[in-house]
Amino acid sequence: MMPLFGDGGLPLFGLLGGLFTQPVGVAHYLVVGAILFVSGVACMAVKRNALGVLMGIELVLNGANVNFVAFSSPYLAADGSRSLGLDGQAIAIFVIVLAAAEAAVALAITLNFYNNHATVDIDRADDLKG
Amino acid sequence: MIGLSLLAPCLLAPCLGLGLPLAAINWHSVLFLLFAVLACGFAVAVVLADNVVRMALYLVLSLGALAGLFFLAGADFVGAMQLMIYVGGTLVLLVFGVMLTAQAQFVSMKTAVGDRILATIVGAALLGVLLLAAFAVPEWRQPGAGIVPEPTATPLGLAMVGVRVDEPPLGAPEGRRAGYLLPFEIVSVHLLVVLVAAAYLARAKRRKTPRAIEVAASVEPPESVAEHAAIGRTAAAGGSQQDGTVVSGRSASVLVGGGS
Repeated sequence: MMPLFGDGGLPLFGLLGGLFTQPVGVAHYLVVGAILFVSGVACMAVKRNALGVLMGIELVLNGANVNFVAFSSPYLAADGSRSLGLDGQAIAIFVIVLAAAEAAVALAITLNFYNNHATVDIDRADDLKG
Repeated sequence: MIGLSLLAPCLLAPCLGLGLPLAAINWHSVLFLLFAVLACGFAVAVVLADNVVRMALYLVLSLGALAGLFFLAGADFVGAMQLMIYVGGTLVLLVFGVMLTAQAQFVSMKTAVGDRILATIVGAALLGVLLLAAFAVPEWRQPGAGIVPEPTATPLGLAMVGVRVDEPPLGAPEGRRAGYLLPFEIVSVHLLVVLVAAAYLARAKRRKTPRAIEVAASVEPPESVAEHAAIGRTAAAGGSQQDGTVVSGRSASVLVGGGS
């Protein structure tokens, strides 16, 4: 039922135990991507500085990118299973480019907000509040 | 170098402690562990840090370690793009943003304790769901087959102009596969439009129509307006009367923004 606590104890500990001798699999990369994604979401939620929120967005996008690269890697795919091939890496490159575009616009909006309100505290961005 | 030489015994110690012979150690996995710990640790440090300059530094280190993970997965071109575009471009942009807005009261902004607790609970729940999903498929849990990947720069570059020369992945259906010419063009135009828009948004504004808040702020007792207008005239170095009014409205709005 619960794959995390499935056959042979916790797979997470099983993963860590064989880490020095066995090749890594897709799940290792998925764990890294999950941690980055959750860090980014927490960053977006708790930071009061607008630039901190931007950094959270970068972390979220990179967490997604880790998963794309992991699924596209022939090295990580288990025996007999297929990887995404080059498609995953192409998507990862598009994500990187779009993240750069998003960062440029978001930074411009932040600087505009700073010029108009003399603050980068996003709690003060309540001009549109009804 | 000193850091590496210090790190190597730390990485070796668990292996030797477990009684593993040195030849049995999979160095790819050891390097994966190193980069994964760096990337995840610095990502968590970004969340925990209050100082925005330190957050930027931790983000640089986290994304740099992530490029190492990409190299280890065989995605050499994506790893190089990560280093050049992210670490070399996007984060420099972010650091400039930090420097342009780094007044003393914005460098370190504390979050309320309740918000921190709530974020921890929500983050832990989200992490649990994601880990359950990551371990849900048996194929993903198995160690990789260890097929040594080929360099991807040429196949990726040709795929971007619409020609596929890479081997189809194992078990994929035969036949012609599509390249990425159209997405490539769309992304290029998108990037151009977005950068023009960013330059338009962030440009230095000399004149602007006063907004409602500034009009309201500039309607003040006469001596205050005269004082702001005097400040504005020194800044504008002998501009017209209209210039002085606009600048005084702006400085008044800044005062209101800073005081409220």
